Amino acid sequence: MIETVLLWLFAGTALAAACLMLVLRHPMRVALALTATMLSLAGVYALLGVHVIAVFQVLIYVGAVMVFMVYAIMLLDVRDRSFTRRFSRLLVPGIAVALLFLAILGGGLWRALGGHATASAGTLFTLQEFSVEFLNDYWLHFELVSVLLVAAVVAALAVLEVGRRARG
Amino acid sequence: MLIAVSAALFALGLLGVIVRRNVLVMLMCMELMLNGVNLSLVTFAQQSGSAAGAVLVLLVFVVATAEIAIAIPIVLLLAQRKNGLDLDAYDDLRG
Repeated sequence: MIETVLLWLFAGTALAAACLMLVLRHPMRVALALTATMLSLAGVYALLGVHVIAVFQVLIYVGAVMVFMVYAIMLLDVRDRSFTRRFSRLLVPGIAVALLFLAILGGGLWRALGGHATASAGTLFTLQEFSVEFLNDYWLHFELVSVLLVAAVVAALAVLEVGRRARG
Repeated sequence: MLIAVSAALFALGLLGVIVRRNVLVMLMCMELMLNGVNLSLVTFAQQSGSAAGAVLVLLVFVVATAEIAIAIPIVLLLAQRKNGLDLDAYDDLRG
């Protein structure tokens, strides 16, 4: 019972913080709202019994990606026109497109799932079982992802080098 | 019902990418879209009881990290060159 209440509390917090992201003015507040969304989603994952993903959500998203984002915001403390005028001129068409998208997606999901409730959590995703299955069946993906990370590091260095050369 | 939450998160992220002017905020809204997809993957993996969805979520984490690692230097360079993060300043990037 209390798990259901907590699940909906976390899901509601995630949605509310995501709505706040759209209306807050300063990028740092948007980053904090996004961090709140990610932490709530980690709570949802933990309540679903997928503890591995919950831990990685906190470690990778909140610990790495958002810290990087906050550093970028602190480096670029610029107050240009995007600071006083939050929304671009696509505000009304954007809202229309998002509502249409949500209606189509929701309709399709409703027909496909028939309004199922979520199943109860199993103990399928303990760290040990997940790791064994991950490194037995998906080792090729793991290696490919490491190649992707190396390529990303090289690309980031190359971008910075181009910028340094452009500045002379 | 968590699938509905994930669809709503994705739609909110899409709306943010379309509507906001600040480039960093647009990047964060893209992260929100990735998070919505992750929530749906985790829910499906938990319902079907297979680890494939959870593995895919882990791979999405890595792809998001790589995306941010490339996007932030590009945004830094653009902001230095144009003295701002406003999207309208980047009009000359239009093809």
